[in-house]
Formats: sequence, C-alpha cells, structure tokens
Amino acid sequence: MSVRRDMHDTSATVGRVRVRVEQTPLPGIGVRHDLITSSGRTVGVVSHRNGRRDLVLYDVEDPDACLASIPLTDDEAEALADVLGASLMLGQLSGLREQAAGLLTEQVALPAGSPFVGRRLGDTRARTRTSASIVAVLRDREVIASPGPAFQFEANDVVVAVGTRDGLDGVTAILAGDTGD
Amino acid sequence: MHSTTVLLIEVGAVLFALGMLGRIGRRFGLSPIPLYLLAGLAFGHGGLNPLLASKEFIEVGAEIGVILLLVMLGLEYSANELVGNLRSAAPAGLIDALFNALPGAGFALLLGWGWEAALVLAGITWVSSSGVIAKVLGDLGRLGNRETPVILSILVIEDLAMAFYLPVVTAVLAGVGLLGGVKALSVAVLTVIAVLVVAIRYGHAISSFISVKDPEALLLSVLGLTLFVAGVAAQLQVSAAVGAFLVGIALSGPVAHNATQILTPLRDLFAAVFFLFFGLSTDPAAIPPVILPALGLAVISMLTKVLTGVFAARRGGIALPGQIRAGLALMPRGEFSIVIAGLAVASGVEPGLAPLATAYVLITVVTGPMLARLSDYAWFKAIVRKRMAVRRPVGPVPAAD
Repeated sequence: MSVRRDMHDTSATVGRVRVRVEQTPLPGIGVRHDLITSSGRTVGVVSHRNGRRDLVLYDVEDPDACLASIPLTDDEAEALADVLGASLMLGQLSGLREQAAGLLTEQVALPAGSPFVGRRLGDTRARTRTSASIVAVLRDREVIASPGPAFQFEANDVVVAVGTRDGLDGVTAILAGDTGD
Repeated sequence: MHSTTVLLIEVGAVLFALGMLGRIGRRFGLSPIPLYLLAGLAFGHGGLNPLLASKEFIEVGAEIGVILLLVMLGLEYSANELVGNLRSAAPAGLIDALFNALPGAGFALLLGWGWEAALVLAGITWVSSSGVIAKVLGDLGRLGNRETPVILSILVIEDLAMAFYLPVVTAVLAGVGLLGGVKALSVAVLTVIAVLVVAIRYGHAISSFISVKDPEALLLSVLGLTLFVAGVAAQLQVSAAVGAFLVGIALSGPVAHNATQILTPLRDLFAAVFFLFFGLSTDPAAIPPVILPALGLAVISMLTKVLTGVFAARRGGIALPGQIRAGLALMPRGEFSIVIAGLAVASGVEPGLAPLATAYVLITVVTGPMLARLSDYAWFKAIVRKRMAVRRPVGPVPAAD
C-alpha cells in the first residue's frame, strides 16, 4: 500500500525557507506529523487520540525507525512549543534589523516601578512620541505578537520595540517613567 | 441460595487467579491472552479443578466478552479511517488474505476435515491480533516508525473484513450451505455499507443523540445499544459480533472517545472471561495430539505473515529493515482467531478444531511478540545491513520525493 499517497502535505512557509510537514494517519492510534530538517534528520510528533503526544527522532542509518520516542505531557509540549516559538520570533526580529539599515530591535524590560504596570499600551503614546513601535511583548515564556492599544501591561513584561536608536531610548525612558508625565 | 454462594466463591477465585496471572505475564512482557487460555484449560472439564456452579455465568460472560471486544474495535476506528484506508491499502489487504487464509484452509483439507472447517481455519490463520500488535508496537516504541502505518492499515483491513467473514461463517456453520453463506454475505455487505454511509454522513447526529456529560448514562446507553444491536444481529443470523462492531463504527467524536474510556475496564473483565471460557470448553487431553500439527501450521502461517509485511512495507517505500520489522510484527494471532474458533465450537463442526486453534493461538501469541523484538538486536541488524550492502544498487527509496 502506498503510505505516501494518503499523506497530506502541509507546507509551512517559515521565514524564506519552505518546510514540508508530512501528515500520516495512524488508524486506531492518531496521527503522525514529521519533517526532514535541512541537516537531513527527521523529527516527528505522534499525536495519540487520547491526547498523548510523543516527540520522535529518527535513526540516521535506518530512516524508517525511530531512535527515541519521548512522551510529552500537555504542559511539557506547551513549554517546548513556547521555547521554540519565542526563539523563532526573536530570530525573525533580528533578521529584520539586518534588512532595514538604521532600524534597531531591542528588548526593554518593564521596570518594577514603571507607571505603566497595570495600564494600557495606548497610554504610553510611545509611537507618537518616539516613532518607535512596540511589536511584541514577552510574558511568562509567551510571545504576544503585535499587541493593540488596549493591551494591558503587567509587572515583569518584556517589550520588544523596533525603531531608531533615539526612538528606542525614548521608549525605554517612557516605560521607566523618566519623561515627567 | 447455596448455588449462588458457590458461584461467588468460584468466580471470585477465578478472577483473582486471572489477575495474578496477568500480572506475572506483564513482568515477562507476555500478553495475558495465552495465560487466560491456559487457566481455562486447567479449570475446564478434564482439567485440574473443574468449575461447576459458575459455568452458566461464565458462558454468558463470554458472549458479552466477544461483543465488547468488537464494539471497542469499532470505536477505535472512525468510518472515514476505514474507507480512506481501504482505498490505499486494498492490495496489501488482498495479499494478506491470500497468503494467510489459504494455508489454514489447505491445512484443514489436508487433515481430511470438511470445507466448513477449512473456512473456519482459514479465518483463524488469516487474522492477526490487532490488540496484541498495537501493544507490542507501543512497548517497543515503534509507533513513530514509518512502517507502522503499513502495519496498522493491514490490521484495519482485516478487522473490516471480519464484518463480512463472520456473518458468512455464522451462516455456514448454522448449516445453511454455500447458498445460505452467499445470502448472509450479501446481507452483511449491504448492512456494512449502509452503516458506513450513515456513519460518515450522519455520525454526528447519532453521536449527539447520546450525551457525553453524564458518564453513568453514557455507559448504560452505549452498552445497552451495543447489546441490543448485537442481539438483533444474532437473531437475523448476521453474527452478534458484527452487530457490535458496526455500533462501534457508527459512534464517533467525543462519544466514541468517552465510551472507549468507560468501556475499557468492562471489556478487560469480560474478554478475560471469554478467553477463560474458550479454554474451559477445550479438553486439555485433546491438546497433546494436535501440538505438532499446530506447530507446523504456526510456522507456515507466521512465515506467510512475514512475507505479507515485507510486501506491504515495500509497496509503501520502506527500506529492508523496516520491511522485516513490519513482517515480524504482524505474526501474533489472538482474540479474533479465538472468536472464530469459538463459533465453530458452538456449532460442533469438527471436534479437533478447538484444541488445534487453542494450541495455534498459544504458540503464535507467545512467540510472535518475542520474535518481533528480533529486529532490535545488534546481530540481526548487522545481518540485514550486510544484505542491504549487497543490494545497494537498488537501495532504499528516498523518503522525500
């Protein structure tokens, strides 16, 4: 039987590289997703119907066999996805910096005594005043991408801002409450 | 009153003994099925300590056990999976049927048994044990392997084929002859297609009719529906087991998921009773004379299963080591072979069939999972690698195309 034929290819475009994720049904068990990395290794995830997930790594010598199968709980899977997602997000942001000369990306931690803890992003009027944009907020390992004006800051948030050197310094000052208002 | 007391003592002692046996078996990585069968042999007539008071109870329990085994099987697969799989895996399923049913049929004819018995033995050697194999694949950490979907789709086809095979066998064993068998087959085909169509189109409606929120109500309604449909199917001579299987397929989504969880302990209990009952109804004294034939049949039909797996995996673009893994994994026969043999025993078609089936299943279900581990040993891998090096020019099909 041709397994290959009943695979549904889902192509995800991440950055500039096309990655092919193959989906294979496992009747009675669930579904398997796998992808071949550019380094030639195959990684996959077996999603059981009862909610269990196994991260599987394939053998180099025998690409049909999995070398290790690591069961992940919901929390572990989420944590792993977050770590990968956050590092990917930051990687893309640093790529942005190289593309546009003069534009910088910076992570600014919200100081503990910031007047904006508990207040909305719109209240900072950061873009109007510094022409730098707040493009993401990192909170508890989570990435909140393009937060709106109604987004409410919490203590320990880390703000990712894009702008000129002066603009970013302005954002830092506003968040620290150093601008007098 | 007195007989009820004895019943409680007997059933309690037997279940406790089965539990202990299962625990010992798990320690050695052994499926509990052969242990339950052996326990049945020990407690049956002619055995060490015959059970008398609980015979009737165990008989009814065994009947429910078969029904639960099949409804759980149906719950495991969705109708879409069955149909979608059928399209892609049909050639492998056909090869599987030919390679593994024919040795059984031929063997029965060789022994001088009638064609009814040949039909039954063909089924016994044909069907691999999906329960045992799924467990082995999970235990060996092979669920992510690329040959696993090939193995699973063969099992799905076999299970679906049972929906047609069991009614035919039931009809033939009831003594209606070949024409009656054909009639039963056509009824089964129409029913199965109707159920699949209804399940794919309206499965949602059927499932939403049964509430998931109340576990007690869910248990009673699903169990009740299953037993009712199985009973009606048996009344119509379509085999109770198939009725239960179709109920399982018709249910889908959250109902199927929750029903699986709720029914699993019940299935474990009554399936154990079923295997015990089969052992009970077999005379242990009849086993030794059939050991050698059973061994021969096991060796032949295990080899044909390996060939089936190799063929199917090769079609799926799997390299040689994976082909061998698929073949070795498919060897164990189990619950279905016993269900089929059970039908034959009930109709009394051939007295030698039950002991042969018992010995056959004992051999394959014990050695199969052990042999499945063979492909993980270093020396075995080395041999395979050497063979692959010889045929390197052909080479494994690259995974990405």
